[in-house]
Amino acid sequence: MMTFTLWDILRNLLLAARWTVLLSLVSFIGGGLLGMALLYLRIGKARAGQIFVQGYVELFQGTPLLMQLFLAFFGLGLFGIDVPAWLAAGLALILWTAAFLVEIWRGCVESVARGQWEASASLGMGYVQQMRYVILPQAVRVAVPPTVGFSVQVVKGTALTSIIGFVELSKAGTVVTNATFEPFTVYGLVALIYFALCWPLSKSSQILERKLNVAHRNH
Amino acid sequence: MTYRFDYSWIAEYWPVILKGLVTTVELTLIGTLFGVALGIACAWTRSLGPRWLRPPVVAYVELIRNTPFLIQLFFIFFGLPSLGVQMTEFQAAVLAMVINLGAYSGEIIRAGIEATPRGQFEAGASLAMTRFETFRHVVLIPALQRIWPALSSQIVIVMLGSSVVSQIAAEDITFAANFIQSRTFRAFESYFLTTGLYLLLALALRQALRGVGRMLFPRRAAR
Repeated sequence: MMTFTLWDILRNLLLAARWTVLLSLVSFIGGGLLGMALLYLRIGKARAGQIFVQGYVELFQGTPLLMQLFLAFFGLGLFGIDVPAWLAAGLALILWTAAFLVEIWRGCVESVARGQWEASASLGMGYVQQMRYVILPQAVRVAVPPTVGFSVQVVKGTALTSIIGFVELSKAGTVVTNATFEPFTVYGLVALIYFALCWPLSKSSQILERKLNVAHRNH
Repeated sequence: MTYRFDYSWIAEYWPVILKGLVTTVELTLIGTLFGVALGIACAWTRSLGPRWLRPPVVAYVELIRNTPFLIQLFFIFFGLPSLGVQMTEFQAAVLAMVINLGAYSGEIIRAGIEATPRGQFEAGASLAMTRFETFRHVVLIPALQRIWPALSSQIVIVMLGSSVVSQIAAEDITFAANFIQSRTFRAFESYFLTTGLYLLLALALRQALRGVGRMLFPRRAAR
């Protein structure tokens, strides 16, 4: 029987963690772009657009991410495509991320006081100008901390892609466990690597909240 | 697209789905009760408890909130037996959910407790209440009322997250879906159906929690 040193285990896990990072980045950026498009519909004037986005959010926040991954994996297959795991994983995570980001951002836009809309309208600004110069600059300030905070959920969400066969940190943990029969050490290390990825994000979200909230502290 | 949906397997397999549904509901109920209890204990420790107990609680909360539920589950189910702790799939699933919700709800409840005005503590003391009585009657209930919507969303998130316990063969809804697709090869149909079940369950759970909220906090908060 082969023996594995701690370094052997750690090295393999760290190599796989690159895929966790890559998938997180793709999901977060893709989800962010889609989220912006949905936000445009959600806070726009068209009723149909608002209802569509509400339904979208309800659907993706009301079902497990794991099920969304399965449906993406087997659903894309219905079109006769041979679906690689990374494609289903990326697609499902982007759709899921967008559903959460659009709700976070909507709250931020709505947190801008009504008087700001009225004041900018009284200056003769149109909708686009109001958004561009008055509402969004204030909303973005509020939006940064929770958005950074949500990126932690995205990193943790990528762990589920191991179940549809995408080889990232969690899957590597299972594979290495099957080779070494040391689940305690391996899953402990996997947890620590996730912690090392997520904790700085959580912390910076807290710090940003403290820093960017200065303007509202005395209200 | 020429694909034809085939749900003819339902007649044979609905008991499997029903069993999964019952398991998911059981997991959620037990996990929520003990998870929120653990959360209250954590919140009390961090805001009012003895100072020496705070660092371990902070470490617990940060560790759980910054690692995936799947890994926590694997660590408990596959990792702990090497320390001599053996448990069934269901027990491991419940334990993982309690530990997970404990950390999240602890943070949420702490926010509620820390928003309590100082005067409330003093009012409790002036009525000759002990510290525990003050916490129980004066601080905790209004704190829970304040954060009830946030806590409800977190409970729904934990219920949806419980779909992962199928990976250690706890027989929940997702396990049923996996089982059916492996027998009938109707993967999309079986996941589509169970996804719908989760959606209904999430809506029902949200309504139920709203009802529980009305029961626990019959009076509106005085503002």
